[in-house]
Amino acid sequence: MQTATSDSAIRKIQGAFTGGHDAFRIRQVLQNHGRLSTSAFELAEDADLYEAGMSSLASVNVMLALEGEFNIEFPDQMLNRSVFSSIAAIGAAVKQLNGA
Amino acid sequence: MEILEAIRTVVAGIAAQHAADVDEAARFPHETFAALKAARALSAAVPRDLGGQGCGMRELAAQCSALAQVCSASGMILAMHHIQVACMARHGLESAFFRDYLQRLAQDQLLIASVTSEVGTFGDTRSSICAVERKGARFELNKDATTISYGASADALLVTCRRAADSAASDQVLVLLQKGDYTLEQTTNWNTLGMRGTCSPGFNVRSSGPVEQILPGSYADSSAQTMVPYSHILWASLWQGIAGGAVARAASQVRSEARKKPGTVPPSAANLAKVMAQLQAVRHNWQAVAEEFDALQVSENAMQELLGLGWALKLNNLKMSVSDSVVQIVHQALQITGILGYKNDSPVSVGRHYRDVLSASLMVSNERIAAKSAAMLMVFKADQAAV
Repeated sequence: MQTATSDSAIRKIQGAFTGGHDAFRIRQVLQNHGRLSTSAFELAEDADLYEAGMSSLASVNVMLALEGEFNIEFPDQMLNRSVFSSIAAIGAAVKQLNGA
Repeated sequence: MEILEAIRTVVAGIAAQHAADVDEAARFPHETFAALKAARALSAAVPRDLGGQGCGMRELAAQCSALAQVCSASGMILAMHHIQVACMARHGLESAFFRDYLQRLAQDQLLIASVTSEVGTFGDTRSSICAVERKGARFELNKDATTISYGASADALLVTCRRAADSAASDQVLVLLQKGDYTLEQTTNWNTLGMRGTCSPGFNVRSSGPVEQILPGSYADSSAQTMVPYSHILWASLWQGIAGGAVARAASQVRSEARKKPGTVPPSAANLAKVMAQLQAVRHNWQAVAEEFDALQVSENAMQELLGLGWALKLNNLKMSVSDSVVQIVHQALQITGILGYKNDSPVSVGRHYRDVLSASLMVSNERIAAKSAAMLMVFKADQAAV
């Protein structure tokens, strides 16, 4: 049991830092607002968030929280299921808006 | 367009003849559906190369509106059938099984019912408790459905469920159940104020079938891309049809009053003029959204765009607006017809229309839809004036 716990803790730490600081903040938003069935810190970057249990209503809260967290506004054409389908996809969208 | 003409013939004859009895007995409109099958109306949404008529949204909606004008239940059943066919036709064409099935549907004019509601999900169609369980080449699927419209009269069911036993509640797929794959055990009754002929009690569904009957892809996508737009636009069109039926009765009474005293316009005619304006606004509302939907389909981004908040809001707006307006229109029609319209057995009776149209704000509750739109508006900017 102890080994399993520490394995999960290690996965959590590794997951949290995969993809840099932005990805960590995205995971934090998902953890707080995504209503996922697993921890956002244990998900792969490209894991499908909808398959992980994020409902469409929860995804709107995630969008809202991301706008607050990164001080950005997603234009309407980015408010699309596919843009918010994985941590990597969200990271790319955030990067695009921050770089613009 | 030939289908619409054929439906108009059914409307004027068989559907009008049986509508009152369908309502009173709360029975399936089998005469009307036999006539619709003979007119090949059940394959209107099947692509042409698979033996159907390949009708777009505008045409399908016109069919539902025309039928609902005389028989609301028939209009709703045809709408729900078109919605199920559209789900298979828009998301199943890569599957040899579904191509073959749609061909069979067109050939035999099969009627498909929808099983989206479930005991315990409290009306949220985007989450399921039941799951399809694959066992080799076959699946097992059991669902405790709160309602299955015309379930007992359908040739097949299209069921929402979780993708697998360990999937999240919102990770859903659609599964087709053909006659012989399933048993239905009725759990509740359908003795309602209106829409009585849709025969929509609860059922326990027990089924098993080959795995190729699981529709490819994810219901998360097919819901936003097909189930929701087809539902809201076709429902809006049939609700407008019901209101139009009531107004037609009011108008016939005003004309018969006018004939008694040529040269003087009856006082109720001014109210008729006003309600006609409301009816036109409702009709133009669904027509505009249907035409926009059809125009979008030629774009290669069509499926992507339908996943966006802009379309979700547009469809919610249509649903809320039309379902509220149609009740007011039927109410005005009743004021024009007066006590004659209030009588159940007069030729200008609008009681059935009134009872039927009250379902519009309840079937997917407007409260729930407004709450969803409100949440979306927290991030939606209307920066392209899309809504």
